[in-house]
Amino acid sequence: MSWFWGAILFWLAAWALNLRLAARAGGRGAARLAVPALFGITLLVLWEGTVRGFAVPGVILPAPSAIWGTLTGSLPILWGDFVQTILKGALSGYVIGCAAAVLTAVAIDRSAFLQRGLLPVGNFVAALPVVGIAPILVMWFGFDWQSKAAVVVVMVFFPVLVNTVAGLAATDRLSRDQMATWGASYGQALFKLRLPAAMPFIFNGLKIATTLALIGAIVAEFFGSPTRGMGFRISTAVGQLALDLVWAEIAVAALAGSAFYGLVAAVERAVTFWHPSQRGR
Amino acid sequence: MRALVPVLTVVAAIVALWYGGSVWLNSQWTHDQAARVGVEVSLTGVVADTMMQERPVLPAPHQVAKGLWDGVMGQRITSKRSLVWHGWITLSATMLGFAIGTAAGIALAVGIVHSRAMDLSVMPWAIASQTVPILAIAPMVIVVLGGPPMNLPPLIAKAVIAAYLTFFPVVVGMVKGLRSPDAMQLDLLRTYNASALDTLIKLRLPAAMPYLFASLKVAVAASVVGTIVAELPSGAVAGLGARLLQGSYYGQTVQIWAALFMAATLAAGLVAIIALVERLALARMGMGR
Repeated sequence: MSWFWGAILFWLAAWALNLRLAARAGGRGAARLAVPALFGITLLVLWEGTVRGFAVPGVILPAPSAIWGTLTGSLPILWGDFVQTILKGALSGYVIGCAAAVLTAVAIDRSAFLQRGLLPVGNFVAALPVVGIAPILVMWFGFDWQSKAAVVVVMVFFPVLVNTVAGLAATDRLSRDQMATWGASYGQALFKLRLPAAMPFIFNGLKIATTLALIGAIVAEFFGSPTRGMGFRISTAVGQLALDLVWAEIAVAALAGSAFYGLVAAVERAVTFWHPSQRGR
Repeated sequence: MRALVPVLTVVAAIVALWYGGSVWLNSQWTHDQAARVGVEVSLTGVVADTMMQERPVLPAPHQVAKGLWDGVMGQRITSKRSLVWHGWITLSATMLGFAIGTAAGIALAVGIVHSRAMDLSVMPWAIASQTVPILAIAPMVIVVLGGPPMNLPPLIAKAVIAAYLTFFPVVVGMVKGLRSPDAMQLDLLRTYNASALDTLIKLRLPAAMPYLFASLKVAVAASVVGTIVAELPSGAVAGLGARLLQGSYYGQTVQIWAALFMAATLAAGLVAIIALVERLALARMGMGR
């Protein structure tokens, strides 16, 4: 029990420190990093303390230290799964799906009729449990990563399409008239004015799509996969009650998801440096 | 209503493409069958056959419609082959989780708005958690909570996942909403000597309603997906997710598509209900559009 009470004490101490930090710094500079970091560490300590203090069996909840041990001990397996699921399945599907969506949006840009028709349908589909299409696509494209990429393509297509169409409509009348007075062709206006102006919207869609891509690739593996991949490992390790391996996979998925999102956000910052939401940082 | 004709055109085009796709994808099997018995099939024969195979690669729309009709109307509601029964299993878990997640999310958002330390420590994690593929945990949660020694009923285990997926959109949206009153409105309440509780109930919560409903629409769609994925692990026999998995094991493509459309109807219906409540509530509060 001493483990548990120690963790509670640590929690109280960290909370007091956080209160002081937040009150003093008011959320500027180092406090902005230190406070959430301390909170995260507190959660881990509470977790570890609870598991050890109450001797929770590892088949219900492994301690963070045990998960870390598995993580460092089975790096080759985790790396193989990462390559299979994230690099082959999710990433290729993400690139194909997002490119197809942006190209479709540009293609239907000239037809107000198609836009009025496709936008409600796209919004509708974006709210559906699209991931349910996974068993069908696994049946069509086989068990390997191609079927996972296909699921990801379907999942990311509509959010990106809807956002891109909204973005292409985001320029104001004044700027478009300006283009017209310069005698700009449709293509010039598109590339010099409307596509750059659509970038914040497109990146919004791309950021939503990063999480969807990982979910699609992992969940599709529940319906059949070769003997590697994160979804395969999670479902088989759960069956063997090897929960430390499952948590290690989840940690990898969380890291990969955050890194993927961070990467897209970094590209966004570079591309849309002029937008108000990016200025003054 | 201006959008009705274009939307119908697009839907008609999708259905036409679908018919074309099912002819194209199913014709292989027809040709194989014909070659096996050594007969030539005409083009019309191929097309006719692709429309009514037992286990087509891509069922034609009318086959899916028939599967859906049989599943919904053709069975007693209590039958295990009834889509209404499976849909109800999924819906009940979704709703339970959605209610828990919404309540917890609003409570945490209120805490975050009133405590600077909580804001600084919890908010970054709440936002970061959105980038994590949470659904991957679903099978583990089901096995751990549903198996010994906890032995929770599947309804609760599934609701936990739905609640988790509901929680974060609600937190993020409500924090934004509770902060939406501007300084002038807050100053006015201060001149009235209003307490923090009064400010919360009379200004912040009403102001947060549009944000809350926007988050709820995202959250309910996510929690339907969460419940369905939670029903995938082997052993689950009830619910639309289990129906999908069984269909994929036995190659029953019509069953998969029917379950998929049932799930889509369920999600779309829930979003539509929230949109309706939103319209009524906001109109009643004088914020209607």
